[in-house]
Amino acid sequence: MIIRIMAEGQYEVADDELEALNVLDAEVESAVLADDADAFGSAFTQLLDRVRSHGTAVADDTLVDSDLVLPPGDADLHEVAAMLGDSGLIPG
Amino acid sequence: MSIMKRLGLIFRSKANTALDRAEDPRQTLDYSYQRQLELLQKVRRGVADVATSRKRVELQMNQLQQQGDKLQGQAQKALAAGREDLAREALTRRSALLTQTQDLETQHAQLQGEEEKLTLASQRLQAKVESFRTRKETIKATYTAAEAQTKIGEAFSGVSEEMSDVGLAVQRAEDKTASMQARAGAIDELMASGALDDASASPNSDIDRELAALSAGSDVDSELAAMKQQLGSAERQALGEAPAGGSAADQVPAEQPDEHTKEG
Repeated sequence: MIIRIMAEGQYEVADDELEALNVLDAEVESAVLADDADAFGSAFTQLLDRVRSHGTAVADDTLVDSDLVLPPGDADLHEVAAMLGDSGLIPG
Repeated sequence: MSIMKRLGLIFRSKANTALDRAEDPRQTLDYSYQRQLELLQKVRRGVADVATSRKRVELQMNQLQQQGDKLQGQAQKALAAGREDLAREALTRRSALLTQTQDLETQHAQLQGEEEKLTLASQRLQAKVESFRTRKETIKATYTAAEAQTKIGEAFSGVSEEMSDVGLAVQRAEDKTASMQARAGAIDELMASGALDDASASPNSDIDRELAALSAGSDVDSELAAMKQQLGSAERQALGEAPAGGSAADQVPAEQPDEHTKEG
């Protein structure tokens, strides 16, 4: 599957990685919901690092849609919360 | 729902919205290509803007460095003149400057990071736009308008998503740069007003003035000393105790100013 880390690029990640990624993703989500910046920082960094280390970067000239999308690496908790909200921060 | 999935859905719905605007599929390809080129220009402008901000911060760092060096020099002069109070004042100002410099260094690193990210984003987008152009030309050459309709979705895959991502990256970079530009502007104003330890740069700086007064004072002292010495020897001469090696008469200036005829 293809996973995009925003402002960074796309990675091709083996499907059997999904389970481990989902665990970390759930940790990030609960940290966002709990407004816990420390927990967020740790889980989010692990999630991104796992995608980077277990995935292969997709070539720049490859045109392919992503199955999953992750916020940019320098995003903080509140930015992520805003992105997931209805405010439509992602420009068309 | 998972964050990864939700963001993925947001991106896909953006892509579909872009597609829904399609009327003639082949025109849509061209229209989208134009928008991609515009976005590419925008990213490149973004890189240039961030670079400008970075250079401005570099300039300010250099100015603060020079002021810091000057205060350091003043502190040394003041200490040499036995004015520890002045030296302390100069060093205190210098330490405030150093704090400001550290803040600028942090900003500089952030701007450099943004610049690199946008440069990479611009390279990625350029590669994808080029791929899209090839795909677009193939579709236009191979399919009729009716047939092309089914190929449109494929043509757009990856491009719309990249455009959304790059668009957001530029927006975030602009936001971050704007707040740093505001701070840089504030520092420029402080420098201009002289409030930010910039007093040392003006000739009316109190440290400068006191140091100047100190050195003027010592000049006066040494002149007085020299005069006293001359007076002393003149008195000795008057008492017939002329120093060995010459009489006072020899030292009387022989020249009288000639009376020149002034020309009208």
